[in-house]
Order: sequence, then structure tokens, then C-alpha cells
Amino acid sequence: MSECNVDDAASNEAWVPFKDRPEWRDLKPIPQDDGPDPVVQIAYSEQFREVYDYFRAIIAADEKSERALSLTKEAAELNPANYSVWNYRRNILQELNKDLKEELKYISQVIEDNPKNYQVWHHRRVIVEWLEDVTDELKFTEKILKEDAKNYHAWQHRQWCIQQFSLWDQELDYVDRLLKEDLRNNSAWNQRHFIIKNTTGYTDEIIKKELKYSQDFIRKAPNNESAWNYMKGVLQERKLFDFPGVLEFCHELYSKQIRSPFLIACMIDCYEEMLELGKPKKEETLQKATQLCNELAEEHDTLRREYWQYIARSLASKYGADVSGDS
Amino acid sequence: MGTSVKDIVIPSNAPKSLLLLKHADYIVSYGEKKDDYEYVMTEYLRMNGMYWGLTSLALVGHLDKMNRSEVIEFVLKCQQDCGGFSCSIGHDPHLLSTLSAIQILTLYDAVESVNTDAVVRWIKSLQQTDGSFYGDKWGEVDTRFSFCAVACLALLGRLDEINVDKAVEFVVSCMNFDGAFGCRPGSESHSGQVYCCVGMLSLAGRLHHVNADQLGWWLCERQLPSGGLNGRPEKLPDVCYSWWVLASLKIIGRLHWIDKNKLVEFILACQDEETGGFADRPGDMVDPFHTLFGLAGLSLLGDTTVKAVNPVLCMPEELLKKSKIQFQYL
Repeated sequence: MSECNVDDAASNEAWVPFKDRPEWRDLKPIPQDDGPDPVVQIAYSEQFREVYDYFRAIIAADEKSERALSLTKEAAELNPANYSVWNYRRNILQELNKDLKEELKYISQVIEDNPKNYQVWHHRRVIVEWLEDVTDELKFTEKILKEDAKNYHAWQHRQWCIQQFSLWDQELDYVDRLLKEDLRNNSAWNQRHFIIKNTTGYTDEIIKKELKYSQDFIRKAPNNESAWNYMKGVLQERKLFDFPGVLEFCHELYSKQIRSPFLIACMIDCYEEMLELGKPKKEETLQKATQLCNELAEEHDTLRREYWQYIARSLASKYGADVSGDS
Repeated sequence: MGTSVKDIVIPSNAPKSLLLLKHADYIVSYGEKKDDYEYVMTEYLRMNGMYWGLTSLALVGHLDKMNRSEVIEFVLKCQQDCGGFSCSIGHDPHLLSTLSAIQILTLYDAVESVNTDAVVRWIKSLQQTDGSFYGDKWGEVDTRFSFCAVACLALLGRLDEINVDKAVEFVVSCMNFDGAFGCRPGSESHSGQVYCCVGMLSLAGRLHHVNADQLGWWLCERQLPSGGLNGRPEKLPDVCYSWWVLASLKIIGRLHWIDKNKLVEFILACQDEETGGFADRPGDMVDPFHTLFGLAGLSLLGDTTVKAVNPVLCMPEELLKKSKIQFQYL
């Protein structure tokens, strides 16, 4: 899997070709060997070609110098996704014992310009590891997430920092803020689970609190997949019936004519669990569950008709011979 | 249902039938047009690009349009001393390009022409004590790399060389409360990662770790009213997810849970009638990446003008029949 988009090449203003730079006169550029008749040919701009010809030359000479460092900067600007450029840049940073705080500032800028790029985030992580200093990281990822609250790379980096440097304390407040801004932010719901799982864990008390928390959000937007998934995730290792109120909550919404497929799916889960636990009124429960499956298949979620018919069939075959979910 | 979801509307004049030959021409002539510069700006994903292009051609039955020996020669030149393959000559080796290289060689039945012992040694060296894999020596961990490592070794018939139990343990630790998978333990679920994890578990023969009904539902929830599939909740539909979601559903035996006709309509609408090729969404620029996943998606959906595609490795089934790879399906 690769990123679906590649950023535009850096702006071309006032660029001086390497052949016109005296400090590079001693180095012989190495042209790209495209291989014969490549399947995916690449059109190079002149600048691009030259920068990479010199980049190949410094690698071939294993040159780790100030000018090589600045060359990697030019190469990275033209293509921040080129991982070899970042690898070599790190080799030079180590060799020349460069100020890593400066590097962090530099990579911040690059990430802000290319926030959806694996290589630049990885470079940042290595620098933070070398520095063993995480002071700016939460603030920095917040800045990126302000632009795109679901940026996968930013979340990955943030989780790594939190875990590596034990920055758990304020994170639930941050998540809460994000969810108040956008209650459909699936990344924020995921982060909520990540934090609780790694700190207090889902104790009985926390589960009650989180059920209420997610239910309050569901009331505001009953068709929000993320909040429903979170609510069920909270109860992942328990039974829905260990914590009374889930089915009542669903009934409350259903009686208000809400017909979100996630709501009805949750009701079906509750009924299935009742059947599993051998609760009384088995036939009636099964009847209710299969009827809801049919409602979804025929009316509220026709796109997933096959799925709902499957659920109805499997409930019927498990818990009753007579009731069939097929329509 | 109260609230609207993020989605697109398919234009009424969008293509409705498969332009098979156009796609072959598009791949063959890719790169002659300056416009394509934006997509593949440099050689850093050349090997992946070749895999996307060659597999697209193989799926439409035109692999012979490329020069076999020249392609193989290029791939051989990208094998580094450590054994791994780089994306292009003179680049650093990476698991992502190594899988593409092995896949290309398999397409051409030419795996024997590389030093397979060296590849195997290198892949083994990237496995960590927790079972995860580095993508290269710089230490990035991602379930994509678990898939790449296991897929390479399966294609080479050397899966027993790594600690498969540990590798499985790591992938399973990336399973989330919604039944789907992310990049690392605790990372948000993402269809692309689901494909990698489910594919890896299929090759390892450990699909019993998956809660197939729960994951299947999460996957088919990715289908939007337009028929297209997204990668995560509240994201726009995209042809490449047609592959990752569909292939995962196929592997866990739940492909029939989505609305096939609507998805076919969406994928066909992403073709460019003039240039050939597929884009991420109707009306956008086409590229080889989405072209492969559009074609492969249609194949899984039963379009018989495209060759049957293997859902785990995204390669023509007929080429894999000869191999002894064991694919587990639910």
C-alpha cells in the first residue's frame, strides 16, 4: 500500500543549477539508470534530474559533509517521499554530530507541508528518539490534527510519544475536546479507547462512565458509526447485560422513531445475547431479532441486505427451527 | 436516517462498461504523457509501479506487451548485497519494494534468477522479538511489513524460516475493538491494514483469530450509498479500497455481504474513457495504482473479461496455481 498522492515539486524560484555552483565543481554527477524500457517511465524536470544526479554522486562517494547535508535538503524538497534521501540525511546528521533541535525544527516545516507522508514522520520519530526529548511533540501533532483531524501519521506519532514517554495525563481531555468539535472523528474515538485501555483499563466503574459518555454522543447523532462502535467496544470483554441499560437506551431511541442501522444492529446484538444466555421468552426474542433484521434488509440498510439476511438466518438456525429470516 | 454521510455522486455520463483494451494501452504508454509526472514523480516507487503496471497487463491478458528480459534485468539490478530489493537502482532496500520485486519475478516465472537465500536471510533479519517486522534497517514497524515479509517468503516457498507464531501474535495484537486492524497495537482500524493483516493470517493459516462476522460487518459498512467503499468511517470512497475491502471480505468468505452491482457501477465510473486507466473517484486523474485495483476489484466481483485474481497476493490465479502456496479462506 502506498500513499495515493504525491506532493508537487518544490517551487523553482532562484534555483541555481549545480553545474553553476563553484563548491560542487569537484563532484561528477551520476545519471539515473532507468533500466531499459521501463514500464513506468518517469518524466523528470531538469532541476529534479540534476539534484538527484548529484545525490547519487555523494552516496557513491560516501560523502558526509555540510554540502551533502544541504543537498539532501534540496532532494527532500523535490521529493519528500524518497526514503533513501532521509536515510542518508540521518547518516550525515550522526556523522557530523549536528544539532538535532535544529533538525526537529526543519522537519516540522517539512511535515507541515507534507503531512501525509510516511517518510517525513518516520524521520521525525528517529530524531525524537535520538533527542530523548518529547517536549514539543504533543503540541506539534495537535497543530497537524487541527488541519486534518484524521491524519493517520499524526495519530501514530502521537500514540508512540505518549507510550514511549508516558504522556497519558492530559490526553483524555484532548480527545474530549476533539469529539466535541466533531463527534464523528473516528480517530479520536480510537484514541479514547487506546488511552483508557493503557491506563485505568475498563473497570466496572469506567465502563459505566464510558457507556454514558458514548450514549450522550449517540443521542446527538444516532447514525454515528464511530460512537456505536466505541460503545460496543467498551463492553467487548463483558456481556451487554452485565451493564443494564443498553437495551433500554436502544428502546428509548427506537421509540423516538430513530431507525439508524447502528441502533437496530445493537438491539439485535442484545437479543442475540439474551438467546445465548437462555433468557425466558426465547421465541418472542428471536421473533423480535429476525424482524429487525428484515426491517434493515428491506428498508433501512438495503445496501447490506445480504448481511442482514445472513444474521437472521444464523439466529434462526441457532435458536429456533421454525423462524426463518429469509424474505 | 437523519444524518448524511460523506460520499460522492456518480455523474450520469460516467462510463458504464469496462474499457479493457484502453487500460492495456494506458499502461503500455504510461510515462509518455507529461501529465503523469505528478503521480510518479521519481523512481522511489518504481518497483511498486512496475508491479501495478505489469499485474494490470497480466489481468487483461496483455503481459506480452512488455519486454520480459528487460524487466527481469531491471529487477535483478535492484537486489542489494544484503539480499533485499530497492525500488530502483542505487536506492536502499525495503520490504515494500522487495515484495513487488518477488511478485514481478513470479509473474514471469523467474524467481530462480535471483539469490533467494539472500532475500530470505534479509527478511529474517527484519523480524523483531515481538514478532513484528521492520520495513528496513531504520526500524519503522507496521502491519504492512508483516504482510510483505510473509507474502515474500510464501512466494519463495520458505515461510518456515521465520517465527510464524510470533509474527501472527503481533498481527493479532493490532486487532481493535471494532474487529478490524491498524498499523500497530492501538492504531485506528484502516481497510488497507485489514487487508494486510487478513492476508498475512491467510498465508500463515491462522484466520481463526479473526472474528469474521464482526470484521465482515465493519468491512461492509465501508460501502457508501454511491456504491464505492471508503477506508475508514467518514472518509470518501476510493477505488483502491474496492480492492482492500473486497479482497479482505473474499478471504473471510463474506464478499456477498456488500451490494456488488452498486460497487461495479462505482468502479466503472472511475475509468477515463479517453485515456484508459482508473482514478480514485469519478472524474479524477487516472494512475497505474488505481488501475490495478480497479481491475482486480472487478475480477473479484465476477467480471470474467478480467482474469481471476488471487485475493491474498493480488496476482493472476493461473500463475499461482503452479506454486505450492497454501491460502486459507473462511
